[in-house]
Amino acid sequence: MRVGILRAPSPLPGFGLSFGITMTVLSIVVLLPIGALLGRGLMIGPGELWDMVNSRRIWAALSLSFRVALAASLFNLVFGLALAWVLVRYRFWGRRFIDAAVDLPFALPTAVAGISLTALYAPNGAFGQALAPLGIQVAYSELGIWMALVFIGLPFVVRTVQPVIEELDRELEEASATLGAQRLATLRRVILPTLTPALLTGFALALARSVGEYGSVIFIAGNLPFKTEIAPLLIVIRLEEYNYDAATAIGIAMLVISFAMLFAINAIQIWSRRRIGLV
Amino acid sequence: MSELALASGGAGVPRPTRPSRRHKEITTEPRGVRIALIGTVLALISVLLFAPLLAVFGEALRQGWAASVEALASPDACSAIRLTLIVAAIAVPLNAVFGIAAAWSITKFDFPGKTFLVTLIDLPFSVSPVVAGLALVLLFGANSTFGAWLVAHDMKIVFAFPGIVLASMFVTFPFVARELIPVMIEQGSSEEEAALSLGASGWRSFLTVTLPNIRWALLYGVLLSTARAMGEFGAVAVVSGKIRGVTTTMPIMIEILYNEYLSVAAFSLAGVLALLALVTLALKSLLEWRHADLLAATRRH
Repeated sequence: MRVGILRAPSPLPGFGLSFGITMTVLSIVVLLPIGALLGRGLMIGPGELWDMVNSRRIWAALSLSFRVALAASLFNLVFGLALAWVLVRYRFWGRRFIDAAVDLPFALPTAVAGISLTALYAPNGAFGQALAPLGIQVAYSELGIWMALVFIGLPFVVRTVQPVIEELDRELEEASATLGAQRLATLRRVILPTLTPALLTGFALALARSVGEYGSVIFIAGNLPFKTEIAPLLIVIRLEEYNYDAATAIGIAMLVISFAMLFAINAIQIWSRRRIGLV
Repeated sequence: MSELALASGGAGVPRPTRPSRRHKEITTEPRGVRIALIGTVLALISVLLFAPLLAVFGEALRQGWAASVEALASPDACSAIRLTLIVAAIAVPLNAVFGIAAAWSITKFDFPGKTFLVTLIDLPFSVSPVVAGLALVLLFGANSTFGAWLVAHDMKIVFAFPGIVLASMFVTFPFVARELIPVMIEQGSSEEEAALSLGASGWRSFLTVTLPNIRWALLYGVLLSTARAMGEFGAVAVVSGKIRGVTTTMPIMIEILYNEYLSVAAFSLAGVLALLALVTLALKSLLEWRHADLLAATRRH
């Protein structure tokens, strides 16, 4: 099929049909709704938007969402690296089972994760009871939100780093050892730089997911304004009040901050790839 | 390991000056570190992943099997299960068709703006499901011009079934395309070109050459989409309006029951979803072990 926008002719047919389906579905499901959100924001006007976002309650919610998501993703960055390393490099009983179980947070619906974490960590739950004498309260506090986001973001770093560790050339490690490097130095100066781009990709995916997470968090958070109220919940509250403009303002604020963060991570990633000579 | 056996086993081979143990450990960590690391990882996995999973079943069966089964047999639970299955049965095939079309046009042709298109397809990964729901409400809701027109013509999308399907499609949007694109790039188009040169029609070459080549990756993407579509909460919560028995999918019903302190009923429904999640995981692992070569090397994301 001859379509004007092709750069090079292809003997294969079906460009018009497949490109048409792609653009139609993409537009209806993703582009038009996001466009409607941004369009509504334009209609309200930047000044008004800023006035609506600029309230103590919204800043508290936005800062909570991004702060806890960052903390949970940092934990998952370190734990995910350790888990991926153990799964690829070490042989132990039950390794394949653990490998399969890592994807549990992808498969388990978030609402299910939310209520079961709450049941565990509530003051009368199995873990909650054990932690109470130590003065640690997980459910209905920031720690509970962190716990839920750690659960949600767990597979991302493991699944992005694992294939890279599998591909690692052992000869590099041997070379480093023959040149007199201690194991720790090899890990830090030979292996870690090679894994950095994949680590950052996983971190970015986990962060994006946890910032917007709603289902698993609202049950365990307690949802106290100024304390444990996350930004997505505030959008839902505004929608339930039919205050569409305020919901739009918070939604756009979340989009802008998420994209700025992803852009920054992307820039670091390109920089670290160049540094180790990939691409 | 084999080098070690050679070095110490052969009589004529000079023995290494250093103890052979050190050879083995030069590209791994000391034994103590390894054991500690495995132990830590297993302990954390148990607390973070297995405990919540077990808690679901524990809470569901707190008052015995009978109470749990009775809760699942209630009309609300039944209609929620039915709605969830119907939504998945519509949203997932639509996304599969989209994914195949997108992967075909992206991998078989070269056109300007291709990378941008891939970025747009990935966009739903970085948008909060709640924001996605909000966007759908703003586009199709009665308060917008387009939405008002739809409602006037008796086509209700938001707070109705089509809205739930659209929300489910939004959150699972990139799954199939992301699985197919790397596989199709790897396979190239020479096989399709050969089929065409032998006189096959475009459709025939797609059905008999391309589709068999990508079937496992397609199944993998469909599996991921199904799990996510059935479990989606945030986006569906916003667009469904939570009309009991009409727009309550299983996750929404779980929330309603939980907030009414009907713990056994909520956890029983959650148990059904958890079982479905375990089946998904089992199928996924099976695919990875049996057909790893036909899934893309970068499949794990």
